[in-house]
Amino acid sequence: MDNRKSFAAILIVLAALALLPFGVSGYILGLLTLGFYTAVFAMSWDLLFGFAGEVNFGPSFLIGTGAYTAGLLNHYAIWPIWACTMAGAGAAVIGGLLLAVPALRLRGPYFGLVTLVAVLLLQNMIVLFAGTTGGEIGLDLPDVLAVDDSNNYWIALAFMGISGLLLFGLSRSAVGLILQASGQDAVQAGALGFNVTKHKLAAFCVSALFSGLAGAMLIFYEGTASVGTVVDIGVGVQVIIAAVLGGRRTILGAALGAVFLIGAGEMLRPLGELSTFVVSAVALVVILFVPGGFLGAVLHGERR
Amino acid sequence: MGDLLEVSGLTKRFGGLVAVRDMKLSIGAGEILGLIGPNGSGKSTVMKLIMGIEKPNAGSVRIEGVEVAGWPSHRVARQGVGIVFQHSRPLHRQTVLENIKLALLPDSLVRLFAAGHINDRAREIAARVHLDHVINRLPGTLPFADLRRLELARAIARNPKVVLVDEPFAGLTAPEVADFSKLIASFREEGHAVLLVDHNVRGVAALVDRALAMYLGEHVAEGTADEVMRNETVRQVYLGGALVHTEHRADAGQSRDELLRVDNVSVLYGKAQALEDVSLRVGAGEFVSVVGLNGAGKTTLFNAISGLVPSSGEIGFAGQGLAGMTPAQIARAGIVQCPESRELFGEMSVRENLDLGGHHLPQAEAAERLAWLLELFPILATRAGQAARTLSGGEQQMLTIARALMMKPRLLILDEPTLGLAPVILEQLSKALETLRHTTDITVLLGEQNVTFALPHADRVYVLEHGRFIWEGPADRFAAEAGAQFL
Repeated sequence: MDNRKSFAAILIVLAALALLPFGVSGYILGLLTLGFYTAVFAMSWDLLFGFAGEVNFGPSFLIGTGAYTAGLLNHYAIWPIWACTMAGAGAAVIGGLLLAVPALRLRGPYFGLVTLVAVLLLQNMIVLFAGTTGGEIGLDLPDVLAVDDSNNYWIALAFMGISGLLLFGLSRSAVGLILQASGQDAVQAGALGFNVTKHKLAAFCVSALFSGLAGAMLIFYEGTASVGTVVDIGVGVQVIIAAVLGGRRTILGAALGAVFLIGAGEMLRPLGELSTFVVSAVALVVILFVPGGFLGAVLHGERR
Repeated sequence: MGDLLEVSGLTKRFGGLVAVRDMKLSIGAGEILGLIGPNGSGKSTVMKLIMGIEKPNAGSVRIEGVEVAGWPSHRVARQGVGIVFQHSRPLHRQTVLENIKLALLPDSLVRLFAAGHINDRAREIAARVHLDHVINRLPGTLPFADLRRLELARAIARNPKVVLVDEPFAGLTAPEVADFSKLIASFREEGHAVLLVDHNVRGVAALVDRALAMYLGEHVAEGTADEVMRNETVRQVYLGGALVHTEHRADAGQSRDELLRVDNVSVLYGKAQALEDVSLRVGAGEFVSVVGLNGAGKTTLFNAISGLVPSSGEIGFAGQGLAGMTPAQIARAGIVQCPESRELFGEMSVRENLDLGGHHLPQAEAAERLAWLLELFPILATRAGQAARTLSGGEQQMLTIARALMMKPRLLILDEPTLGLAPVILEQLSKALETLRHTTDITVLLGEQNVTFALPHADRVYVLEHGRFIWEGPADRFAAEAGAQFL
């Protein structure tokens, strides 16, 4: 009953967003486009943290693996965009599995640390092989998704809408319930007959799939792949802040948080260096005083 | 044999500590076995080994003849074992019904939607454990007993052949205990094999077909509840045979200045009442023991005194109220607690642990105190450079006490110092306490379930049961008036 209402609300919001290009400037559309891709990053991350209970400090490892696989294939092999993004998503899943299979055996903070180190490794690899990857300058791509702002916006919106519905649906499904149990109390979930490692690994794969896909789409929107936009630790931190800000264990909150974070960062741009500081401070205050995030606060308030 | 559960030669070591040694038990269909032992005896470890939560070092666990020792717990569960944990940890955002449904879901990654019959089955189970009236509520809004029912419901959802139940009655009221007993008895009628784990025989005697007593990881006695209660070794473990007490100092009694005053203190853990309207006095220089079975509220009382848990009522120390003081301030005022869990710094050496305890003392005084303590516990001197976690249980306990004494406490609180220790270590510990009593003016508040250990070291004794004092008096009257409580 609850689920049906939520789905209806999501569809209405998506429909309203789809009408935006008829009313607002290309500048705002560009901003939202970036926000929508970040939203997919954050939602994928929330599936892992909010449901499987694993803190992935390196979402940009998955994003970057997807983006650079797609980018290199496009730059050198001139594969079409759709094939590149598919390959990118696949690479993110494989890279994620290589990382997660050994890392999930570790307990406590070690999983998170392993994911953090993975980002540094990826970043170093890209810089080390700068001749091929473009290094810190970036890799320019022969193809772009669309030239027109509105088209880019619609593609991003559709992509976010579909990803969001799938991730949200998954989180509310029977599998999501098992995943949540595994994350909150692995011992008990095991005693109930659930293979905790299997479910967490599956969640990691799904998270990697959407992160890689979104990373690949993002570079084809921007026309260039660079460490600063898809690999840097800072990118990962922003994804994490967006998800926590929007509301842990809600999936949709993560999308809200991401759009807010991108929007706020841009609006405060006149402040120069100070803008990052202000956004971070807001994030800190929300995490300290409303740990449930925006959506968490709203949902919790309703229940009372 | 046709037994549903057969365990033999089961052994588990944690580092140097043997938690379970060569354990053997079997339960047939339609039988309830009580696994009994004092805290630290290894009974919970046995349960975890059967469930696959811990991996055994040796031995066999057979479910209907299938060897499952060393299997991960989800496979053991699918082989037909269910466990009712002592603490319920439901999913808090899901309703009672959804929590039960969870237990019924197949372990599948692709079946996104629960089959329709699962809903009906979940409602049936809810009705069976009397949760049907709260089926759409969130677990956070349920009373304690209903949370235990939910735990029970989840464990039996898959209709396991073998049901393991950890301390089924902890924290429940008498009518709730009766209700739970009926539910557990109904498993027997349906042909399940049930393993009940509890601290004492008395609590489960009416329910079990057989009882098995454990102590220090080993099988001690087995038979009907009566036979086990009469068993000499079991009596020794719980009561220490004949109760003895040492002579009191001449000044025992009311003449002393009051050091600690606890007035009408109550503590609630969420919905469970851990301590109810408890009052206690300790005079300066007095040794007072609080005895009670596990779960009676001893640790809670001590934590309330040390400021570690919030409590209602009043606690005064040396004429000063402790309300509003932080645990650190209370410790500096002179109340030092040696917790049951010891809380040593495992990676630090014995010497470093002791130095930390004496951190605030002037150097000369710390050195003097250290020398005195090493004389009191000579074994610590020979272990000075060793990491604390590599010590045996008894040595760790001595180090805990020595570290507390480095802080020059006026009141030393010892919480279950004998937990899991072998008799020979108890003797050493006992001697050290006697020396303390005769050579210093320290005041000691001792919490114990081991009455044999507690009595000789007490001027006065309080008996705690279900969070309330049910008896208090001098140690020499204990055996006659309250001894029967302890089997």
